[in-house]
Order: sequence, then C-alpha cells, then structure tokens
Amino acid sequence: MNVLLVLPLVIPLTTAAASLLAWRRLPLQRFLAVAGAAALLAASAALLAGVWTNGIAATQMGGWPAPFGITLVADLFSAVMVVLAGVVGLAVAVYSLASLDEPRESFGYYPLLHVLLMGVCGAFLTGDLFNLYVWFEVMLMASFVLLALGGEPDQLRGAIKYVTLNLVASALFLAAVGILYGLAGTLNLADLAGKLNSLAEPSTVTALAMLFLVAFGIKAAVFPLFFWLPASYHTPPVAVSAVFAGLLTKVGVYALIRVFTLLFVQDVGYTHTLILVLSGLTMVTGVLGAAAQQEFRRILSFHIISQIGYMILGLGLAGLTTSTALATLALAGSVFYITHHIIVKTNLFLVSGVARRLGGSFELKALGGLYRGRPGLAILFLIPALSLAGMPPLSGFFAKLSLVQAGLGAGQYAIVAVALVVGLLTLFSMTKIWAEAFWKPAPADSALDSPPPDLGPRERYTLLLPIGLLAVLTVTIGLAAGPVFTLATRAAEQLVNRDAYVHAVLGGQR
Amino acid sequence: MAALLAILIGCLYAAGVYMMLRRSLFKLILGLVLLSHGANLLIFTAGGLTRAQPPIIPAGADAPVVPSADPLPQALILTAIVIGFGVLAFALVLFHRAYQTIGSDDPDELRVSDG
Repeated sequence: MNVLLVLPLVIPLTTAAASLLAWRRLPLQRFLAVAGAAALLAASAALLAGVWTNGIAATQMGGWPAPFGITLVADLFSAVMVVLAGVVGLAVAVYSLASLDEPRESFGYYPLLHVLLMGVCGAFLTGDLFNLYVWFEVMLMASFVLLALGGEPDQLRGAIKYVTLNLVASALFLAAVGILYGLAGTLNLADLAGKLNSLAEPSTVTALAMLFLVAFGIKAAVFPLFFWLPASYHTPPVAVSAVFAGLLTKVGVYALIRVFTLLFVQDVGYTHTLILVLSGLTMVTGVLGAAAQQEFRRILSFHIISQIGYMILGLGLAGLTTSTALATLALAGSVFYITHHIIVKTNLFLVSGVARRLGGSFELKALGGLYRGRPGLAILFLIPALSLAGMPPLSGFFAKLSLVQAGLGAGQYAIVAVALVVGLLTLFSMTKIWAEAFWKPAPADSALDSPPPDLGPRERYTLLLPIGLLAVLTVTIGLAAGPVFTLATRAAEQLVNRDAYVHAVLGGQR
Repeated sequence: MAALLAILIGCLYAAGVYMMLRRSLFKLILGLVLLSHGANLLIFTAGGLTRAQPPIIPAGADAPVVPSADPLPQALILTAIVIGFGVLAFALVLFHRAYQTIGSDDPDELRVSDG
C-alpha cells in the first residue's frame, strides 16, 4: 500500500477528530487546524514529488485487487489538485484565526474545515465512480454546515438554494452511476475506460455522458446551471467563502475533466462540441453578471463562473482536435488555469475580507480610500486582480496564452475571440473594484474617515500573511511559468494517454 | 418486472420534480426525498433484476452457484440511503431554522440574497 496516497485523507480526518475531542479548548483547536493543514500540504507535496518521479501511483484499499476493491489513484493532475487543496487549506486556516468570530469557532468550524478538505482530497484521489459520489457527499455535508454556521438570515437563504441544487445534482449523479453500472458492470474508472469502448450501443453511452455533464456541471457552476453560486457564496464569513471559491467548484471541474478524458471519448464530435459551446457561454454570462454587481464578493463570485468557462474550454478543445500535441496543449492550459485560478481566487476573497474589516462593508459604494490608507493592501489586491484578468507576467497570462494557442491551433477562432474579450471584461471588473474600493476618496460617512482603523499586531500577521504568501505564489508561477508549464504538460500527457492510467490501476491485466 | 419498476421510478421522479416546483419549502424537501428514492430504485433496476441464488459460495466450492444475484447494486443503494438520510436530516433542520428566522415557508421570500 502506498502510504503517500492515503495520507491526504488520513491527516484531515485525524485533525478533525482531534479537534472534536478538544471541543471546549479553542486555542488547541486553532493550533490543530493550522498544524493539520500544514501537514496536509507537506504530505501532498510529497505525493506530487513521488508521482513526478515514479509515474502514476495507485493503491488498492483493503487489498482487494482492482476492479473489485476501491482504488486510490494519483496521476499528476490529481496530485497537483491535492497540493492546491493543501495550499488553500493552510492559507484559510491561518486566515480564520483572526477573521472568524468566536461563536462560529466554538461550534465546530475547524473540524468542519478539515472534513471539507478530506472530502476534496478524496474526490481528487479516488479511482472509482461510486467512491467519488461518497467523497462528494462528505465534501457537501461539511460545506452545508459551514455555509449555514452562524445562522444569519442571508446565510440561511443562500444555504437553502445551495443545499437544494447540490442535492439535485447528487441525485442525478447517483442515477448516472446506477445506469452506468447496469451498462458496463463496473464502476472502476480504469476498468470503465476499456469497457465503454466495446459496448454495443454507443448512443446510450453518449446519453449517460450528458447525465454526468449535468450532474458535474451543477457542481462546477457551468452555464446554465450556475445560479446557485452567486446566490450563496457571498453570505458566509470570508474564510468560508474563500475556501469554497478556491476548491469546491474546482472539484466539479476536476470530475468533468476526468470523466471526459478517461471515459466519454466515443462521440467527441457531439460531447466535446457541447462542452466548448458551454465554456463560451459560461465565460460570457459570468463576466457580464459581474459587470452588473456592486458588491465585492458578489463580483468575485460571478468571476468564478466566468473562469470555470476557461477551464472547461481546454477540455472541449482537447476533444475536438485530432492531433495529440494540440490536445495535450489544451489540457495543459486547463490544468495551468485551474492551478492559477485556485490561488488567485482564494486570495481575492481573503483581500475582500480585509477590505471589509477596514472599510466596514462589502458594498463598493461604502468603501473607498483604501489605497491612501493602506497602500500595501492595495498592492496585494492588485497582484491577484491583474493576474485574474491575464496581465503578463502574472500567472493568469500564461494560463490564457496556452489556451489561446491551443484554440488557434485547433481552428476554433470564435471561442478564442470570446476568451480574449472576456479577459478584457474581467480587467474592467477588476478596475471597477480598484477604482471604487481603493482609489476613490472614502465616502464621508464611512468608517474609513482617516486614519483607517488599525489592525492589531496579531491580526496583521494572521490576515496579511496568507494573502502575501498567495500573492508571492501568483508572481512565482508567472515568473517561473516554464517549470510550472512543464508540470501541466506532463499532467496533460497523462490525461491524453489513457493507457498509462489504466495500466497503473489494473496492472498487466489487459 | 423491470418495466413496472421503470414506470414507478418515472412516477417518483415526476412527483419529486412537481413537489420541488411548489411554492413551499416543506414540499421542496418532500420532492428531494422522492428524487433520492427514485435514484436508489434506479440503481436497483439498472443493476439487473434476476431470480437467482444469493451470491454466497457454498462450503467446499470455490465459486458461487449460478445464477447468483449481483450484490453490488444493493451495497451501493445501502450506502446511498445512509448518505441520503443524513443529508435530508440536515436539510430538514436547516429549512426549519430558515422558516423560523425568515418567518415564511415561501421560496419566493428567499430572493433577497440574489439581489
């Protein structure tokens, strides 16, 4: 058994259990939360290093050989996602120390955060569709409670929509899994990859693919199934918003990329064209939705949707080109984009929390003067904001560049044009936040009269340290785009070349 | 038998969707319950309905008696039922709490957070 594959699940579980035992001792819970997240990051980095040197790792739980037991698999894509979960987990755990109010902290926030991380890591690592459903539910259950924790009316309103839509998605996912089992007699991803190609009725498989597209599309907030996201993401405390924005929809994107590169590649002309069209519509509706908003976190929420479009753009392109090199480039663009997006988006949400702390509101109208009072924070906002819009030399530029290259290579000029225009509109949204919250003078009645309220020394570190580190990471990815892109390319090669995955799971059986 | 179950599943889905579209949070939950029951039965039906032996290997043999039933769909359904039970229990508490806080059972009253 490969311990590295199990550690990203065991560490959050142990941390959550230990925090539950320390229910009445908040300082200990806080320490455990940060230590557990750091351990998760370390373990995930070790996993990534292991997969990088030794190739795809697979482990059979309980010693049952695949495809009968539950398999955990880590290819480079999974490993990168787990590392990102570790990064977000650590940043948010540290940020929570100063940003969360004590009632929420004392009602199980830290254990829930780690259960959420466990669900996310499990979804990234599993090699079995039903097991994926279970990890989804673990993650959802924790996210439901995190979203509603505190019980403010707006939170409850958001939570009802979030819970309902996610339960519907789960029911659809479950139905799809059941039909797939009836069709192929297995739910092991690697085993399915072989069996789906030899089925008598390819049209049934395509119909199933659509069911999966809807189920994962709701979770990933793809057009037209995104409306639950802007209705709920701005309601919980900032730390919760940040971890949701960073990780949850990306689990849906991960699942989409996994099943549409490994399983449903029979009728790419139909399925992947649809994905491409959806990606364009997702980008456009997301960014237009953001343009209409005047609240910091709601703008950011709509931008999540628009960015999801870019991520599945690479997936659509990869299916529609016959050249392996282009498909690899497109998927590498997607992987790079997800990496960049998770870091940047988490960071922007964290910044919005500090702006709220200083300016007393999330409404852009009530904010202002932050640049004069806090130039350092303004710079920390500007780095992820410009990166999100795709300014060189930040990470977002290279992510968009590879997608655009792949799109031009595949001859999909329309979608490339859409992607570029949406990039410009993103810049418009970010400058709106910049001008309103940071540049314009503070409104007369705001809390920011001058000088702005000071952060305590402890707050300063716990709030600004994660933001600073994530910003450094964004710049690093931009400046060291070469190595990161090599990593993304190798991850994409493993996605395109399905035999390596199948072989790693099933061994020499076929 | 499969056809009968298929019709039943269809009815459960239809009733579930209808209930979710009613203007009441309580009926929304009922709709979710029906949907998840429909999905569970769907797994059961899609897994193949056969009149067969229990999939138990008799003492001394090294393979089960054929034809034997496939135990996996039932294991899947059992897992799904347990998860569904937990999630719905949470949803009930959440909706009740929302009803107390917002003071209305009408989903239209939730619109405020959409802006």
